[in-house]
Amino acid sequence: MIEPIHRMAALGDATRREIFGILAAEGPSSVGDLARRLPVTRPAVSQHLRVLKDMGLVTHQTAGTRHIYRLDPQGIAALRDYLDSLWERALNDFKAAAERSYLREKEKPR
Amino acid sequence: MTVMNQPETAQTATEMSVKKSVMVEAPQAHAFAVFTERQGGWWPLASHHIGKVQAETAVLEPRAGGRWYERGVDGSECEWGRVLVWEPPHRVVLGWELAADWRHDPSLQTEVEVRFVAVGPQTTRVELEHRHLERYGDKAEQMKAGLGSEGGWTGILQIYAAAAATPA
Repeated sequence: MIEPIHRMAALGDATRREIFGILAAEGPSSVGDLARRLPVTRPAVSQHLRVLKDMGLVTHQTAGTRHIYRLDPQGIAALRDYLDSLWERALNDFKAAAERSYLREKEKPR
Repeated sequence: MTVMNQPETAQTATEMSVKKSVMVEAPQAHAFAVFTERQGGWWPLASHHIGKVQAETAVLEPRAGGRWYERGVDGSECEWGRVLVWEPPHRVVLGWELAADWRHDPSLQTEVEVRFVAVGPQTTRVELEHRHLERYGDKAEQMKAGLGSEGGWTGILQIYAAAAATPA
């Protein structure tokens, strides 16, 4: 199992974050397309993609001779799961508290 | 608008965030007050606190620059972050300064923006965005070597999974 801390470490590199960002914003992309967008060589892009792939952040498939990369939804989900659950729970509790206290104040005018 | 302690970061293509919204049957000002000044009354402290002892309350000081912290049953205080933007009753932006190993770390700040939209006289849509989560990546690069599997997110996730599996 890949630990979330290592996934986040993979995004500590600015170029990898940029690659990740392009894939997030624009969907699947080939190595060549990414290399044209970035001020780094094609082998460097491949290297960064390999790190992202090893960390479960992107997945890869071949279409003919082209290597297409896309975000791995499972990997990203793992990163955000904790905070997502926390806020879900917190907002539900907040809603209940706000509605309960408002009803109380309405029924008991000052 | 007052924005404090906003670190200048290079433009990052990745904006990793969590977005949530909830409809509250209460006026905007009431919803804002409960979320901020009365946070201790609803925050799920039993499962979400960072101190060693059980938390008694969560406190958000109602002003830009105000502290955001929990107070334990023994009176000890653990910082969560800061109030960055204070615009009652519309909007509040909080600096969340909890590191990946769940310690307070003011050098690692992610942002929680909460907007209160009045959709009716007694109905408020509360929109929450916890953003710049990609900043954990910058920090993780530095911390990777020193963090065991129990200390980082894995540990937190395990604790959380255990808590979530316990019926309320």
